[in-house]
Amino acid sequence: MANPNTHGHGHDEHESHGSLKSYVIGFVLSIVLTILPLVVVLNDMMDRTPTLIFILIMAILQFVVQLFFFMHLREEKKPRYNVMALIFGIVILITVVAGSIWIMAYNQVG
Amino acid sequence: MAHTAAPHGGHGHNDHGHHDDHHDHESIKILGFWMFLITDVILFGTLFATFSVLHNSTNGGPTPHEIFEMPGVIAETFILLTSSFTSGVAVLQMHKGNKKGLIGWLIITALLGASFIYLEVSEFIAMVHEGVTIGTSAYWSAFFTLVGTHGLHVSVGLIWMVALMIQIGKRGITPVTKRKVSIISLYWHFLDVVWIFVLTVVYLMGVM
Repeated sequence: MANPNTHGHGHDEHESHGSLKSYVIGFVLSIVLTILPLVVVLNDMMDRTPTLIFILIMAILQFVVQLFFFMHLREEKKPRYNVMALIFGIVILITVVAGSIWIMAYNQVG
Repeated sequence: MAHTAAPHGGHGHNDHGHHDDHHDHESIKILGFWMFLITDVILFGTLFATFSVLHNSTNGGPTPHEIFEMPGVIAETFILLTSSFTSGVAVLQMHKGNKKGLIGWLIITALLGASFIYLEVSEFIAMVHEGVTIGTSAYWSAFFTLVGTHGLHVSVGLIWMVALMIQIGKRGITPVTKRKVSIISLYWHFLDVVWIFVLTVVYLMGVM
């Protein structure tokens, strides 16, 4: 089987479906990004606020890893409507989650 | 139907060359599935928002710290993570035109998914025996709704995957079954991402 990178169309370097290498890298990164927060939380290695920030960053990084290495977000053909829709979805997500927490945090005041 | 022959030759190389209607039609369906996933992001977002707001509302009853059993949760996490990887390997096998490999890796993915559901249901049953149900307090209502909705998604994915394996067994790797496998693999990766946030926001923050 020919090397996928040698084909003549040239408008993208990779196959649009990823390779075993990209899946293995994504898998290893995901495992590391899962073990780190588990170790930190279960051993009480940090104070509460740094732990919260740390585990949220690990989760977001893992989201990014899965999007790029497993869901091949970058390898879609342009225009990448799925990326635009995803950004829109994330804006709504952050608004709903952060907005709810913000409003309800001050709800007790009366 | 130029693509039915493609998997056996230089796999995928011709995909960029032929833009026949069928191919475009299938890729629009994949885009449509992305739109569904984004509405699902918003669905889970509302459940996460509810859960976060109610994270202290245990009404004097059991707290997550007393109830959560982390070993089971950690096992569920690695099982689902591995199944996300194996569903990706299934897609790679499909693009090589290897029907047996495709079905084999889908079976492994489905078995891992079934183990995840088994562990989660056992966890829920153990909780009910400890006196924690969806009616115990606002916290546990939010907990069972959020984690249960994810579990329901995985269960639906399992049924879908079994049906798809039967169809691939009958029809082989065609542009239509290719698109269906691509879509279920996206769905499966998405559920793994949601689980990572469940692990972080529900379980890790619950036992902190």
